[in-house]
Amino acid sequence: MSIEANSIKQDFPIFKIKMNGKPLTYLDSTATSQRPNQVIDAVDAYYKEYNANIHRGIYQISERASEAYDESKRKVAKFINAESMQEIIYLRNATEALNLVALAWGDANISKGDHILISEMEHHSNIVPWIVLAKKKEAVLDYIKLDAKKAKLDMGSLKEQLEKRPKIVSVTHASNVLGTINNVREITKMAHGKGAVVLIDGAQSAPHMEVDVGDIDCDFYAFSGHKMLAPTGIGVLYGKEAILDKMEPLLTGGEMIKSVEHHAYSWNDLPWKFEAGTSNISGGIGLGAAVDYLSSLGMHNVREHEKQITRYALEKLSKINGVTVYGPDINDMDERGGVISFAIEGIHPHDVSQIFDSEGIAIRSGHHCAMPLVTKTLAQPALSRMSFYIYNNESDVDKAIEAINKAKKIFKIA
Amino acid sequence: MPIDIYAEEIVSHYEHPHNKGEITDASVSQHNYNPVCGDEMTMYLMINDGIVSDVKFKGVGCAISMATASMLTDFIKGKTLKEIEGMGINTIIDLIGIDPGPARLKCATLSLRTLKEAVFVYEHKEVDRATKEL
Ligand SMILES: Cc1ncc(COP(=O)(O)O)c(C=O)c1O
Repeated sequence: MSIEANSIKQDFPIFKIKMNGKPLTYLDSTATSQRPNQVIDAVDAYYKEYNANIHRGIYQISERASEAYDESKRKVAKFINAESMQEIIYLRNATEALNLVALAWGDANISKGDHILISEMEHHSNIVPWIVLAKKKEAVLDYIKLDAKKAKLDMGSLKEQLEKRPKIVSVTHASNVLGTINNVREITKMAHGKGAVVLIDGAQSAPHMEVDVGDIDCDFYAFSGHKMLAPTGIGVLYGKEAILDKMEPLLTGGEMIKSVEHHAYSWNDLPWKFEAGTSNISGGIGLGAAVDYLSSLGMHNVREHEKQITRYALEKLSKINGVTVYGPDINDMDERGGVISFAIEGIHPHDVSQIFDSEGIAIRSGHHCAMPLVTKTLAQPALSRMSFYIYNNESDVDKAIEAINKAKKIFKIA
Repeated sequence: MPIDIYAEEIVSHYEHPHNKGEITDASVSQHNYNPVCGDEMTMYLMINDGIVSDVKFKGVGCAISMATASMLTDFIKGKTLKEIEGMGINTIIDLIGIDPGPARLKCATLSLRTLKEAVFVYEHKEVDRATKEL
């Protein structure tokens, strides 16, 4: 089955709106995806038909809510091929998931002089928690170099850095700026070989491709629901049961506890140990519906669809004078996702965005929360970025190309 | 956001900015950076008897930030420091003839903010809240 973006669009009510009087062309799914009726309706149904707190109520709608919430975890576990829902912790987003590892695992396992290894391709959410942890523990933060020409991680640099025996290696699966898809299976294998724990930032991979955490063999994997059709405010940390078992929770209180006495407590079982207080129930249910939606399309098909549009866009962009595209080469589509960062000579990315906006096209401009990558490694003050998802098709790309030509005309660039 | 923000005049100021450069013996210079867009600007002021006798700016940024800097530097020559202290977002809207809208406000006010900070620094005064909020 292949993906029919036009019929998929029918499921997304947002595409009925107009932006600046033009039909909405949404090319910013890397920032957040749109949401289909199936997800909106699932959230709606919870609030309208069985709104209740979970796990404690002995009455029908509470049982139904608990079941829906737990079922969504089973769906997510299956979606990324985790062993069980015990390994699926619901948090606010990928950022919170990455922070939980840095704060809970990091606090217990990183000491003075230890090395922490990340890469030059990371989102701020996978940089800042480590800078903070390294400062606090007087540990050393190292970076795997980016081969800027190929837009790929320098595997030689990884090898070199691993000789410092980092306690943890945390890298992104797919770059939100370059579109690069890293070989996280190989990275994990190499890192494990040197005794490191491995955390993968899956914010840009879980929504767009088949992810098998068992096959990758990473210890942790973090992602956000809102980038994969689910509501905002729900994100996931996957962790291997053995490692989660040993980890102390960050927040304590209700729900995460099994028993409490005046001066003693015992933690609840996994995954609840890490979810203090009332959960984002509607978000969890929405995420379950999002996973159903994506699974029915098939993640292999999602990936193929995005490859096809990306290839089409790269071809078109290569024919426009003065446009520089960042990221892996068009002949390297197996290692490239549906994210295209670009620059138009003589036009600042903000002006590009604004001219796109006037055509009803949403793209993003800036450093994309990856300042070290954009401003240091790529040495650009900012970049424009278009990104694709299941509801995009070639005609969206055509509109983007027209907008680029319009921008060049306004700025009198040949 | 209306597209006419890219009116001929703005594009023309962007392409051929007025007062671009440096004053080596400036009375005061002030640098500013907008971390959200990566826009950067330095203003150089020559001040005589409380009046701006010359001004130049250096920077990289979008058309809105650069064109407003070009127009603003034209506008403030001969103005008193007191007059500059009183300037705000409306000064910019009047100058460029359009409200830049919330998304581009910071771009449009970068030059004014830098200018006002320079004046406060020159006068050894604390930067006031209105300027910080620009
Ligand atoms: C690679 C990557 N990691 C982490 C994040 C953070 O995601 P969130 O803001 O949902 O926590 C993003 C979001 O843009 C991302 O692209």
